[in-house]
Amino acid sequence: MAWETVIGLEIHVQLTTQSKIFSGASTRFGAEPNTQACLVDLGFPGVLPVLNEGAVRRAVLFGTAIEAEIARRSVFARKNYFYPDLPKGYQISQYELPIVGRGHVEILLENGERKRIGVTRAHLEEDAGKSLHEDFHGYTGIDLNRAGTPLLEIVSEPDLRSAREAVAYAKKIHQIVTYLGICDGNMQEGSFRMDANVSVRPVGQEEFGTRTELKNLNSFRFLERAIDFEVERQIDVLESGGEVVQETRLYDPQKDETRSMRTKEEANDYRYFPDPDLLPLVIDDAFIEETVRDMPELPEARRRRFEEQYGLSAYDADVLTATRAAADYYEAVVAVAGDAKLAANWMMVELYGALNKAGLELAESPISAKALGELVLRIADDTISGKIAKTVFEEMWQSGRSADAIIDEKGLKQITDSGAIEAIVDEVLAENAQQVENYRNADPKKQPKMLGFFVGQVMKKSQGKANPKQVNELLRKKLE
Amino acid sequence: MSELHQKSLRELGEGLAAGAFSSVELTEHFLQRIRNHDPALNSFITVSDREALRQAGAADERIQKGEGGPLTGIPLIHKDIFCTHGVKTSCGSRMLDNFISPYDATVVEKLADAGMVMLGKANMDEFAMGSSNETSYYGPVRNPWDTERVPGGSSGGSAAAVAARLAPAATGTDTGGSIRQPAALCGITGLKPTYGRVSRWGMIAFASSLDQAGPMARSAEDCALLLSVMAGFDERDSTSVDRPVDDYLAALEQPVKGLRVGVVKEFFGEGLDSGVGASIGEAMKVLEGLGVELVEVSLPHSRYSVPAYYVVAPAEASSNLARYDGVRFGHRCEDPKDLEDLYKRSRAEGFGAEVKRRIMIGTYALSAGYYDAYYLKAQKVRQVIAQDFRNAFDQADLLLGPASPEVAFRLGEKSDDPVSMYLSDIYTIAVNLAGLPALSMPAPRAHGLPVGLQLIGNYFDEGRLLNLAHQLQLATDWHLQTPEGFE
Repeated sequence: MAWETVIGLEIHVQLTTQSKIFSGASTRFGAEPNTQACLVDLGFPGVLPVLNEGAVRRAVLFGTAIEAEIARRSVFARKNYFYPDLPKGYQISQYELPIVGRGHVEILLENGERKRIGVTRAHLEEDAGKSLHEDFHGYTGIDLNRAGTPLLEIVSEPDLRSAREAVAYAKKIHQIVTYLGICDGNMQEGSFRMDANVSVRPVGQEEFGTRTELKNLNSFRFLERAIDFEVERQIDVLESGGEVVQETRLYDPQKDETRSMRTKEEANDYRYFPDPDLLPLVIDDAFIEETVRDMPELPEARRRRFEEQYGLSAYDADVLTATRAAADYYEAVVAVAGDAKLAANWMMVELYGALNKAGLELAESPISAKALGELVLRIADDTISGKIAKTVFEEMWQSGRSADAIIDEKGLKQITDSGAIEAIVDEVLAENAQQVENYRNADPKKQPKMLGFFVGQVMKKSQGKANPKQVNELLRKKLE
Repeated sequence: MSELHQKSLRELGEGLAAGAFSSVELTEHFLQRIRNHDPALNSFITVSDREALRQAGAADERIQKGEGGPLTGIPLIHKDIFCTHGVKTSCGSRMLDNFISPYDATVVEKLADAGMVMLGKANMDEFAMGSSNETSYYGPVRNPWDTERVPGGSSGGSAAAVAARLAPAATGTDTGGSIRQPAALCGITGLKPTYGRVSRWGMIAFASSLDQAGPMARSAEDCALLLSVMAGFDERDSTSVDRPVDDYLAALEQPVKGLRVGVVKEFFGEGLDSGVGASIGEAMKVLEGLGVELVEVSLPHSRYSVPAYYVVAPAEASSNLARYDGVRFGHRCEDPKDLEDLYKRSRAEGFGAEVKRRIMIGTYALSAGYYDAYYLKAQKVRQVIAQDFRNAFDQADLLLGPASPEVAFRLGEKSDDPVSMYLSDIYTIAVNLAGLPALSMPAPRAHGLPVGLQLIGNYFDEGRLLNLAHQLQLATDWHLQTPEGFE
């Protein structure tokens, strides 16, 4: 039987506010345990939550970016359950009335087509703390630094039909939230966490199959592998006459498998009800206008602009707008170098090549955008040739010094003095009398190819510094 | 000169300012009275005498420098539901018997800033759940008018202490009548402000959408002085209202002639003790003598207020009390086997029977499949009740009725019958559901025991409530009567 996969994603995006969603404590990552938890985060008797406006503005930005309805009135609700890293015994979330309603994003399929994926809703909530099971023999340690960190939970429609589509969608959401600057996108630190609802059904069947929820997917690779595993598992169960059980399953990256965490029967009744400590969140048009006034350019718009403004190919524009960091870097290079196409080539070929080889992210590049721009500028203004530039690039990568300093110190400046070039050309011609004669006797169609030999010799003699254009012209004239 | 403990707050303030006595003397006087009389009443959970004398000394310095205000140097007692920095804040529960708060509630902070001296923390029903002060982990409070009788609850310690002149003033909280009912049963004046008028920051939550702090003292004038300090917007409480505080002292002196007061028909029916009814009737005659116009009004849905309250309040409580899990503070059982054992035994040991009953009721009401039928329905009833009040306020400036259907009952009389206990708040609960301000003040006694006259105001109309109560108290001496043995 042929099976169709149906996937919906829930993505928890940690928002970039300085302080927590309901308290003034810092959200900085990596502090000593329990040093960034105030009385509110600790759920002390008598404390009350006060909503962080910054979190609301970030949710509004996201909703606007996915063309969703922003709820003029949304309600915070309590999700009640007991767990030691949940200090109040409930999580403040949004349930029936979320701040962001139905929206959508577009993903690029492998066949080059674009597919629209529905976003059901996005709601604001607070994160829980962390339980530390290691290092405390016979005990569990509790770190509440993360408790109260603002999250935006983004829920997709079950519109995704393969693990690849799920990854493309997750990457698109990642791209949008990092472009907007509402999330740092750091998956290692848990700023972007994904759960997948997965089911299969016979092709042609309208009704959804029973789904399982996959947890603990903290990279795009794990997302893809977990879904692939789970789809296969479900098909195996069904084809051997069994039934899929609705349950939560944990992905184990070491074993590359999913295993049951809890079934529906074991699931909590969260007893949601509106949080009486917080009034309904009412947003007016002015608040939305003010929030989106300075909305950063979104990936799609920036890609189109790169094509138009810089004359880049669709492919180059796509690569250079993949992340906001890349696009910002590129524009900073262009601002210094002037030559947009040359800048694109240098960034995509030399810089990305070197980063790849070193296993570094763009943010970790030893060469800043300004420094790369200065190098590209020296190519564009004929100070050095492209070939010399590669040597300079390597030196910059190693030493962190500027292109101009390296060019100066090593005397790499291109020879453009025609007298000096002519002297070298004459020398080369004199040393290669036989080749000169061969050239002159050759079929004119073959001559351009043969010219390359003389150019090579001249460049070699000038240690690559002679201006290749001048060398070519001069040689052609002298060999006539 | 009358005894210090018989003086009103205004008189005490004047005496302190004039140097007739110092705050330390005044504080020592009350601490001595507490030592003498509280063993019979049990109105205090904690007497913070050393801290009180330190605060009194500081108040005296302020007064000497001429930096004192009208309340500087005057002692008071806080209900043990308010967090007090460095002082045990138990909420009447074993669960918090070991809890020393690391911060002050806004109410505590404001009254301390005004220079008031905290004598200690008042006994109360556990987590404010009760109408007799019998659910306290620290034992029941006794009514100074008859120590075999309850003081009412949940602010029973505050009411008894003020009635017995162990403190000139107290704070209380009112979720379903917890200021007004004990004020009525102990013969003092207590005001529950409009929901949102006083900050809830640092006030341990019972039912967040109903809880409101207010003053408890012997007269409306005293309450006006206290409320002037307690009221106001607090950015730490999202449900507090950002609106200027009225001048309650100026309001006291407004004329009341021609004021229309609605007599709530439903509060005078079956279940009202005839002696209490007669007492309220007497108070109404005096009001008419002051030129007040009495009109009959109806709150047709008020009979639904008790059932609606006993869904909403326990539902919120079941969630509010989830934080008492033995993990971070409060009672933790000995040698827990595992997490579940830690939760179960810590909570089983830490909470008393009434609190457990309400947690169970509330958890049930919020459960999947019951939420719509109970919680949502109860919230709709609140809307209907609020509409009843709006209609009534179309006909009257203030409303009137008894605060409690009967005088103080005997200890243990209702302990085995929670529903009968719940019905002692039948006249007060609707006010909380609607979020309105209301006060209880002494009416003539019945059966030798205090009776509370309840006045209900429109939203933020505390000034007018205090105005009428003050004018009535100028014309009568019901509020000045002191229980025998405590003069």
